[in-house]
Amino acid sequence: MPQGRIEHCRTGIVGLDEVTAGGLPRGRTTLLSGGPGCGKTLLATEFLVRGAERGEPGLFVPFEETAEEVCANGASLGWDLPALVEDGSLLIDHVAVDRDQIEQTGEYTLDGLLVRLGFAIDRIGAKRVVLDTLEVLFSALDDTAVLRAELRRLFGWLKERGVTAIVTAERSGHGITRYGLEEYVSDCVIVLDHRVTDELAVRRMRIVKFRGSGHSSSELPFLIAPGGLSVVPLSRFDLSYPTSDEIVSSGVPDLDAMLGRKGWYRGSTVIISGTSGTGKTTFAAHFAAAACGRGERCLFMAHEEGERQIIRNMASVGIDLAAPAAAGILRVRAVRPTQTGLEDHLATLHREVETFAPDVVVIDPVTDFHSLGSSREIRSMLMRMLDFLKQRQVTALLTSLVPEGDHEDTVISSLIDSWVQLRAERTDHGRGRVLYVLKCRGMPHSQEVRPYNITDDGIVIREAAEAHR
Amino acid sequence: MSAADAAADGPWHLRLYIAGRTARSEAALHNLREICEEHLAGMYSIEVVDLLERPQLAQGEQIVAIPTLERRLPPPVRKIIGDLSNTERVLIGLDLLPRR
Repeated sequence: MPQGRIEHCRTGIVGLDEVTAGGLPRGRTTLLSGGPGCGKTLLATEFLVRGAERGEPGLFVPFEETAEEVCANGASLGWDLPALVEDGSLLIDHVAVDRDQIEQTGEYTLDGLLVRLGFAIDRIGAKRVVLDTLEVLFSALDDTAVLRAELRRLFGWLKERGVTAIVTAERSGHGITRYGLEEYVSDCVIVLDHRVTDELAVRRMRIVKFRGSGHSSSELPFLIAPGGLSVVPLSRFDLSYPTSDEIVSSGVPDLDAMLGRKGWYRGSTVIISGTSGTGKTTFAAHFAAAACGRGERCLFMAHEEGERQIIRNMASVGIDLAAPAAAGILRVRAVRPTQTGLEDHLATLHREVETFAPDVVVIDPVTDFHSLGSSREIRSMLMRMLDFLKQRQVTALLTSLVPEGDHEDTVISSLIDSWVQLRAERTDHGRGRVLYVLKCRGMPHSQEVRPYNITDDGIVIREAAEAHR
Repeated sequence: MSAADAAADGPWHLRLYIAGRTARSEAALHNLREICEEHLAGMYSIEVVDLLERPQLAQGEQIVAIPTLERRLPPPVRKIIGDLSNTERVLIGLDLLPRR
């Protein structure tokens, strides 16, 4: 039998199309399995939402929830499902099978369901179909042998109709699904998992089967947050990033002068670390303002202050962030990370990069991520994020708060191309601030410890000798 | 409840959902008529709904399996699926025999 190339259906779900080398198999059924609360219904829902946006109408057939409940779930992620229903790009058809009402008296078929699906598909010209969760039939109908034969027929029918379908199933202890539905699906099987490690929820996706196509077989972390899901691509072990010779200014002329090529390479990752009160945010704001001054887009993830406070404070040291913000080329996202919100938080960054398409990203500070604890998973997630930015050729500047007298965290050191350390020092004249370029890959750089001031015109770096007056 | 008591609740309105004329749907209709003649003679009406002709009813009436027999009157509504070959189960489903 010829192994025909399977066409892909771009789902539009952030990251999913990348890890499936283009999307789910078009015109085929994908089995989506997972335990309770693992996000399978939300993934399936987003599949339809994104389809509706792309002119591919969708049919949602929930077996457990009513249309109202489906809409309420969607609203929790910011999707306006009633509007999609209104304009005919989504149809929600709740199939209620009430065991108490049903007496079984002989052989049956699922033709009622097929007629119903066919009618609904024709009504809106559905290209995408979700059945969530078909297995409810097993608890409602007794004759399992008949039911299995009929389900096999249903899967065949879906294929004949040429719709791209997602069928969800409950994960069991041993198999992929409780009732072995994977037997009927030969094209694509995806398993979702939801674990709590170190009091942090970590969601993972594994593509168990994907016929006729390359796919990642590893466990892929994914996130659920307002806006939808994000599947975080794996790091590329070959480190085959695009590399650029272009230089991006730090935004501080004196600091540029300390770097052999008068700035950082585009697409590199920079960390500005320092103790409290050393002006990390001011350095970040210089960098952001310079990028916007070149007409580039800057995403500023602010974890400690709100947008207006940052703009006001930076104006007081002569950095104008108000104008680029008003022009729409600077986007400040103020999110206070909390332990439970880590997932949301990373997802927000991923999504913002996908949608806003920034040239540079500031994360102020990134410390919050890895101070969240000992979890290796969180660290690897952060590494994936930085890796993702590199692959996008997005120049990233991260600030990191170093607790007084503490060692700097070097967990992400390998991904950092350039590292500037800031320090508050006690001198004869009180407290002063000094900086040092710890490393800067691919170029020579100053080895001096230089004092600097935060003035009305921003950061001014002085000559090294002045530090030891 | 005896059959006589139940029949006294009449009139009975039964609706049989099918999807096209198949051997199974004919068998179900045949079985249904026999049961009705024996237990509900003179008090029942049977309506056959072919979902291929009226597909919208599959959604409105929540029909999944075919054949489905629906007891529309007397209330409450009862649904029975299958070809109605198991007479005892049919009578239980219609409340013409007590549930075990």
